[in-house]
Amino acid sequence: MSDSNQPITVTQSEMPFAVVEGQPFTEMPTDLYIPPDALEVILEAFEGPLDLLLYLIKRQNLDILNIPIFSITRQYVKYIELMHQLNFELAAEYLVMAAMLAEIKSRMLLPRPVFTDDEEADPRAELIRRLQEYERFKQAAEDIDELPRQYRDFWPVIIHSETAVAEQQIETVDIRELVLALQAVMARAELKTSHAISREVLSVKDRMASIMRLLQPGKTTRFEDLFTPEEGKQGALVSFLAVLELLKAHALELVQNQPFGPIYLNLATE
Amino acid sequence: MDNNQIKYIVEAALMSFDEPLSVQHLKQLFDEQAVSGNDINRALQQLTEDYADRGIELQQLNKGFRIQTRPQMQVWLDNLRQKKPRKLSRALLETLALVAYRQPITRGEIEDVRGVAVSSKIIHYLMDKEWIEEVGYRDAPGKPALLGTTETFLNYFNLKSLQELPALAEIKDFESFEQSLDFSEQ
Repeated sequence: MSDSNQPITVTQSEMPFAVVEGQPFTEMPTDLYIPPDALEVILEAFEGPLDLLLYLIKRQNLDILNIPIFSITRQYVKYIELMHQLNFELAAEYLVMAAMLAEIKSRMLLPRPVFTDDEEADPRAELIRRLQEYERFKQAAEDIDELPRQYRDFWPVIIHSETAVAEQQIETVDIRELVLALQAVMARAELKTSHAISREVLSVKDRMASIMRLLQPGKTTRFEDLFTPEEGKQGALVSFLAVLELLKAHALELVQNQPFGPIYLNLATE
Repeated sequence: MDNNQIKYIVEAALMSFDEPLSVQHLKQLFDEQAVSGNDINRALQQLTEDYADRGIELQQLNKGFRIQTRPQMQVWLDNLRQKKPRKLSRALLETLALVAYRQPITRGEIEDVRGVAVSSKIIHYLMDKEWIEEVGYRDAPGKPALLGTTETFLNYFNLKSLQELPALAEIKDFESFEQSLDFSEQ
């Protein structure tokens, strides 16, 4: 990939801020053009090219006029080689910054025209504006981090109440409750049997599908509504078996608000 | 109804609901009783005083009041809690700061300031937490969504309003910044 003979200063007393392929780095690189092996570490430590540039400026390490164009070009080639392994998008943003710095330098080296609108023509103005803007929000982010935050710095006082307990019980429906509900349905079907003229052959599979169609996401349906008394006992049984099958497949949820209260069906969440 | 009784009821209500309650909400506690907004405010004031030497406090928020533990207690409470809240990354905080101070703002505008792409993971996290939401669309190509902070954001960060956010740093003038950049011609 790339050579690793970049200049490193190591002294005994300093803790390395990073170790790259076994080599300790005790200082940030002295220019923006990062030794390729350290690039990955640095990309993770900084929030972006602006953040890195700001850091370097703060350290007074960056002399924008002394970046040799030759080394920039060479670094460019190395970056492009590295991009096979690194986060392409992130590295690209650093490249844009490097290109901007190169452009600024080249413009600064050119003789200035005599007639010039000073600040607007200054190629550095835009960079400085962006740096300042970024610095403000970097600070603002730190300020927000300092604000008292729920669950980190304080907790709302919420008394454990009975209603909360009652709500938890809603979740489970005893299978016996279900059978009781079936009995009620069957009793109703019993009354209707004499009216049955012909019987369709009912399949559990079809019924499962029609129940799923009947239920709408986020809406509850009464257990009783799944049954049509006209279908008689057989119909009720098929529906009941279909509900059990769907429960087994976790396609349904049953909800009962109070013992012996009506049972409701929901589509399973997820 | 005497003032102490109003105070007790208000206190019990604030402690048993998991959302901040407004004076308007608290008035509903008293149904048809002749309890005015002033009575509620007096009760809230008395609670604040009662809690002055307690481990809890009454915090006024954007749309209501909340009883919460005092931040000074947290260091002790942490000893009992195994799970520490997740630390927010700098990328996330910077994104949140831009939405908070510059709302309504598009994702592209956030990226312009930060100089890096905003990851969808961060936006999803902030939306999941309900700290930010889409508040509209910029009338520009692609109709990018405009992001803003929510009521939940204010409550979560203990703020009465956006005005309570720490002030943004001043923009320094070009000359003084130029000096620190050491751009001098050679």
